Amino acid sequence: MFEQTEVVTAGLVPDPMLPVPYRIQRVKQETDDTFTLEILPEDSGKGFSFAPGQFNMLYVFGVGEVPISISSDPDDAPLLKHTTRVVGTVTKAMRKLKRGEIMGIRGPFGSHWPVEQAAGRDVVIVAGGIGLAPLRPALYRLMAEREKFRRIVLLYGTRTPEDMLYRHELEQWRGKFDLEIEVTVDRAASTWRGNVGVVTTMIPRAPFSPSNTFAMVCGPEVMMRFTVMELLKRGVAAERIYLSAERNMKCGIGFCGHCQYGPTFVCKDGPVFAFPSIAPILGKSEI
Amino acid sequence: MTAGPLHVGDSVVVEREHLEQLLQALVSRGYEVVGPTLREGAIVYDHLTSTEDLPSGWTDEQAGGKYRLKRRQDHALFAYVVGPHSWKKFLCPPLQRLWQAARNGKGMRILPEEEPATPKYAFFGVRACELSAIAIQDKVFLDGQFVDPGYKARRENLFLLAVNCGLAGGNCFCASMNTGPKATSGFDLALTELSQNGRHYFLAELGSVRGAEILAAVPHQPANDADKQHAERILDDTTRHMGRRLDTRGIKELLYRNYEHPQWDNVTERCLSCANCTMVCPTCFCTTVEDVTDLTGEHAERWRRWDSCFSVDFSYIHGGSVRATPRSRYRQWMTHKLATWIDQFGVSGCVGCGRCITWCPVGIDITVEAGAIRESDSVKAPADQSKDSA
Amino acid sequence: MIQTLEPILREHPFFHGMEDQHVRLIAGCSKNVRFGEGQVIFREGDPADHFYLIREGLVSVQFVIPHDGLTTMLTVGGGEVLGWSWLFPPYRWHFDARAQQPTHALAFDGKCLRAKCDEDHDLGYEIYKRFMQVVTERLEATRLQLLDMYGSHV
Repeated sequence: MFEQTEVVTAGLVPDPMLPVPYRIQRVKQETDDTFTLEILPEDSGKGFSFAPGQFNMLYVFGVGEVPISISSDPDDAPLLKHTTRVVGTVTKAMRKLKRGEIMGIRGPFGSHWPVEQAAGRDVVIVAGGIGLAPLRPALYRLMAEREKFRRIVLLYGTRTPEDMLYRHELEQWRGKFDLEIEVTVDRAASTWRGNVGVVTTMIPRAPFSPSNTFAMVCGPEVMMRFTVMELLKRGVAAERIYLSAERNMKCGIGFCGHCQYGPTFVCKDGPVFAFPSIAPILGKSEI
Repeated sequence: MTAGPLHVGDSVVVEREHLEQLLQALVSRGYEVVGPTLREGAIVYDHLTSTEDLPSGWTDEQAGGKYRLKRRQDHALFAYVVGPHSWKKFLCPPLQRLWQAARNGKGMRILPEEEPATPKYAFFGVRACELSAIAIQDKVFLDGQFVDPGYKARRENLFLLAVNCGLAGGNCFCASMNTGPKATSGFDLALTELSQNGRHYFLAELGSVRGAEILAAVPHQPANDADKQHAERILDDTTRHMGRRLDTRGIKELLYRNYEHPQWDNVTERCLSCANCTMVCPTCFCTTVEDVTDLTGEHAERWRRWDSCFSVDFSYIHGGSVRATPRSRYRQWMTHKLATWIDQFGVSGCVGCGRCITWCPVGIDITVEAGAIRESDSVKAPADQSKDSA
Repeated sequence: MIQTLEPILREHPFFHGMEDQHVRLIAGCSKNVRFGEGQVIFREGDPADHFYLIREGLVSVQFVIPHDGLTTMLTVGGGEVLGWSWLFPPYRWHFDARAQQPTHALAFDGKCLRAKCDEDHDLGYEIYKRFMQVVTERLEATRLQLLDMYGSHV
């Protein structure tokens, strides 16, 4: 484990706006529009560890910077993995990067999945689409200390079977650890033999005790809203439901104002939020 | 000269003819003195070489969407309120290069800015509302988990010479926001401009050791009770003549429960999303970042510049902007300024300077908008009352 | 047979809150059924005279679409209810249902139950109330499915 080191500059305090150079070890195509970058710091002294749920600002030389959740195992730090979709200029340029090339990293920023609060409880993880990426580090944490938790259930929904992330790993986890994994798709190919329907439909029958459950949810906002509704309907305590939100970010450190979500800054009060803290604004239009 | 040593909290009197020495005392100690001066029909903040640069004998008339300068019959140096500039243009420069980077082969090197020695500013003529605004921005850039190193450096070297307002502007409401008109803290020196029987002088309150040290170099006399009372009367007068008023009772909760108030639709008919209010507001701090590269692609730079929540792509995430409508953006600005700011930083984001009202091309008045919402708090417009629930 | 299924029904959340006599009535119209993997349970257009409570397994709700073949719109799994077409004329299935996995279910005789509901409106009310819940849940889930919320927005 590496401690977070700070980049010292000519200024009087370490400058959190300076990216640290990282070299790409591997580029993996996950689905047709999603890929994972595996990176290591150029200067091993500048590596850092992180908590599950945190994100980095990823810089592509001369192009721009985007916030992306870290999706690797915290125990593998300083190695970092970032899974992202190609959605704009920067991610498009990022996709073109090759093994051996350099990019800039600032982080880790933001709040984390408080996995420690799940000790002694059933854990329900509901992931939608690429929402599994910010949850994967939490899953690694859970498995690293499996005996601390009771039942662990992962409910994962994607658009089609082809859009599923980390399929191999999911199979491994299913087999190796005492982990219940149920996947479902919105649209099935004729060869698909599994569940079809939105991920929220799996909540009523998932094997967990609502009165002693800790839940982590990540996916499109509408999916998270309905997931929370189903969890609450089943009797999971509101304060034990955690979500990960997303907003435009330019700095990642609370200075630029772009990521404001009601009274919160997603970059520092989030991206992981306990449901009660954003309940008043979740689902409100254009907040 | 003076009798006895000066202490923080003391008040002394400085004659008008000695004010120049005060300014020069700052210059000789290496401060870059900036303050109000006349330019292009407005009183802006810029470099001052001497007190001659101050807008002597000028005053301003402000109303919704209106700013005019008027000549006075006297030579008062500070008989106006605030103009389109705020001190944030010095503490948070509108355009700033954060760093440069060089690419060589497969490597990349970040070159932190070698800042020319951070300017040592002396703000000459800061109003009470502006002192509050600076204190508010301190909370944003210095009190969080991360510190803005540039802001910190500029702030540490800063000398604040405050001026208590001798008159209230047409759009002023510092009294409502408890930020003025009297400067009570956060300054090195605070002056109140006095005039009596042809005598033009200043009551100077010492706010810090630094302030006392500067004042020691300037001819002065201890202030007597009459001087202090004179100053107090002026300030009371200013307080009673505020141009606007904002009822701040429970304003946070008021705005939180009125996200769907019809007044937002009303203001949308007028708001142009021009972002003037955010540019002139002394507490607005939003910025954006631009990454650029030269033609060779080997040299990149990151620049930071002022931004506004009124711009359409301010809240852009893949697929579209969260606040796509001007209605939602005006609501965001006003709710942030008066409500969510309190949850974020423990104080209101508004200091009652009135700039947003003056510089809005259509004269939208934040005090009127807040008042309209308060008046019909959570009450739906008649059309909504007849709608059945879906 | 009637005796063994009543306790099973009583345990199931679908029948919670229902009076004993009603559960008994319904149990009288039910039986255990099993479907092998790939087995067709019913086809679009067939008379809809049953509904099913899946105990274990997975059933695909499918449409035959020219060019695309069989398209699964939805799967229904353990603990869930399959089929409400028995409640409304013309009492015909609107889709195919096929067991994706070996499936164990309770089959309820819809014709028999319809007659009992006509006689005993209280029973009818209880049945319709519960089916309404199933229908609204399916509708809401379908709406979310329609939103295509994971879709690429670029």
